[in-house]
Order: sequence, then structure tokens, then C-alpha cells
Amino acid sequence: MELFFDLLLIFLLVCAVAVSLSKNLLNSIIVYMSFSLIMSVIWILLESPDLAITEAAVGAGVTSILFIITLKKIHAIVKEKDEDRLLDGNGGDTEQIQEERHE
Amino acid sequence: MSKRVPKDVYEKTRSYKFKQWLAGTKDPFLDTVEMKPQKEFHESEKLIHEHELQHERIVEKAYDLEHNAQIRLFRKIYNIFSVIFCLCLVFILLVGVSYLPKYGHEENPVNNEVSARYIEQGLQETGAVNIVTGMILDYRAFDTLGESHVLFLATCTVLILLRRDKKKYQETADHNDRIYEPKNDVILQTVARVLVPFIEIFGMYVILGGHLGPGGGFSGGAICGAGLILYLNAFGFAKTEQFFTGKTYKCMCFGALACYSLAKTYSFFTGANHIESVIPLGTPGAILSSGLILILDICVGFVVAGTMYTFYVMFRKGGY
Repeated sequence: MELFFDLLLIFLLVCAVAVSLSKNLLNSIIVYMSFSLIMSVIWILLESPDLAITEAAVGAGVTSILFIITLKKIHAIVKEKDEDRLLDGNGGDTEQIQEERHE
Repeated sequence: MSKRVPKDVYEKTRSYKFKQWLAGTKDPFLDTVEMKPQKEFHESEKLIHEHELQHERIVEKAYDLEHNAQIRLFRKIYNIFSVIFCLCLVFILLVGVSYLPKYGHEENPVNNEVSARYIEQGLQETGAVNIVTGMILDYRAFDTLGESHVLFLATCTVLILLRRDKKKYQETADHNDRIYEPKNDVILQTVARVLVPFIEIFGMYVILGGHLGPGGGFSGGAICGAGLILYLNAFGFAKTEQFFTGKTYKCMCFGALACYSLAKTYSFFTGANHIESVIPLGTPGAILSSGLILILDICVGFVVAGTMYTFYVMFRKGGY
């Protein structure tokens, strides 16, 4: 159990550093979500399940969704070109795109 | 005996002017303040072009790393100082942490007579099996009332900042919203159809079982709100508007806060030193027990669920 706890703490540190160092904002939000999830497990290990439920619902759920929406509002999430074509249906030929990728 | 005042004298008195101003028949600033209608600002194309050129020139100069030695120096110093600042902050925080008492130690200042009282007498006095809920909704109910109001205030602030005028921006809001509206996503809709009822029921269970096990108004409300958000994402505004509009939120939030305040006013009014309420405590462990706590939990749950959902709606569309 001690080892598990230490592992979780190390994950927490890694997540915290990764959030600040990641260049892609969407990535950092997703890492932040996992940070909250690990934190909620730690709350359970610290014998406070009340906080764990709240952390999982608010930290990993609602806050991250609000962050993602804000990113989309300020046009910080940019689709990749291939995905864009797939979604639009113009030249939605998957093989062709894969060929282009190989090139 | 009152004196009859002639009309032209009366018209000069302040009370007459004030009455006129109240009725709106006379503008007090008429003929006294010089007012000109503001000219509308039109930027000619030439000016716009000039501005753009200027902007480009500034950007070129500012980001010309190869030729501008000053900027390079500044960047280096900036990087060094930011690292030093971060290290200092980490050092200070670590020193602060090292002075904290050991976790879970017997002689910590936390373990005083207050927590001892909570643990020993909590079950008798509040009737809640979950000590945490007994603490936050009975001994410290005043704090929780403040917290609920803080949530309400936060929603009001978001409403002020993000709300769009309905008539003016209806089209743009809908247009903006279409970016996020999934177009009949089968996977999302199927998952939502299966999951949302369970999420809602789990949220209600967490709210209603707050005094029996882990949970309570805040966490349960957050779960309910998250379920609502998932439903909205899957099926769009057309479905959620049928049962949740701005008016619903207003009624729900106001009703819950008023209910909370009224329920606790009695105990606050009597000095909050005797914790008994009108409702009997019941047997600890039963669902209908622990007096007011269950009602307060439900109130907090309503406020939190509404707040979460409103936040999402405001961020996404700027109006219901």
C-alpha cells in the first residue's frame, strides 16, 4: 500500500510538471484531468471519501469541460488537416490520406 | 394657516423641480449643459491599411531575434530570472511544509477539544452517521450557507460577463453554438441514453445519503450537474429547454437558498447554541433522520447542480 501511495504521488508530480511544460493547451487540460483523478484516489487513501467524490465530479469532470469549451471559443483547438477533410467529406478517401501521410 | 404661493414662485422651488424631474416631464439638463451628439467613428480604408502596416513593422522589429541584440539579452535574462523565481517559490513552500506537524500525529494542534467533541457527541447531537456532514451542515451550517451564496454569486458574475442580449445576438449565438452541437452522434447519444439516468440516480443517492455515508449536497449536486451536461451534449438545447430554462434555474436556486436560510434562521436566531431543531432527529442510520441535515443537503444539491449546468450553458452559448 505504501508503494502504491508513493507511485500515485510520483504520478501527481509528473502530471503537475507536464501541465506546465506542455505546449498544446488541449493536452495540458487532459493531463490536468488525470491529475484530478489521481488526486481523488489519494483522497480515498487519506480516508476522506467525501472529498474524493467532489474532486472526481468537479475537478475531473465539470472544470475540464469548461476549460475545453473556453479553448474552443477562443479557437485554440485547431483541427488537423486530414481530419478536417474527413469530416467535411471533401476527398474523404481514407486510403488517399494514408498514402499522403506515408509520403 | 397655510400661505397660498403664486404659481411662478412655486415653479422656482426645488420641490417643484424635483417633482417635475421625477415625473420625467422636465429635463434638468436642458439649456444648462452643452450636449452634442457624438459622431460615429468611421475608419477609412487608408487608415486601416496604415495601421496594419504599422502593426507589421512593430511585429517585425519586436520579433527580429537575429538582429536585435537587446531582445536576445532580455529573453536570456527573463528565462534565468523565471527559473530563479520558481526555485525560490518552491524553496519557500518546502520550508513552510517542513514546519507543518507530522501527518496524523497524536499531539497535533488539530486534535483539540473541538474535534473530540465532534467525534464523541456528534452522533447524539446531530443524528448524522457521517460526521463530516454533521459538522458542515449542523455545527457549521452558517459556513455552508455562505458557500452556497458564493456559488450563487459566481453564477451571477458569469451571467453578467457572458450573457448575450437575446434579440440582438440570437443569430450569432446560434451560429457559435452550432460549432459545438454534435450532429446526431450515434455513439454519444446511445451512451448518454444509457448513462444519464444512472448518473442522475447516483447523484440523488449521494445527496440523499449524505448523512449516512460519504457524499452530501455539494458532491451529489456536481454529479447531477455533470449528468445534465452530458445529456445536453448528446441531444442539444432543443431537448433540455423543455425542462431546464433560465426561469427554472432562478426558481430552483432562489427556492433552495431561501429554504436553507429559513430553515436555519430559527437556530441562528436563538443564538445557535442549542442545536435542536423542530424536526426530531430520528434513529441514526435511517434515511429520514438527523433532523434538518437532509433538507439542507437537498437545498445545497439543487443550488450546486443548477450552478454547474448554468456555467456550462453560459460558457457555450451565453444564454439558455
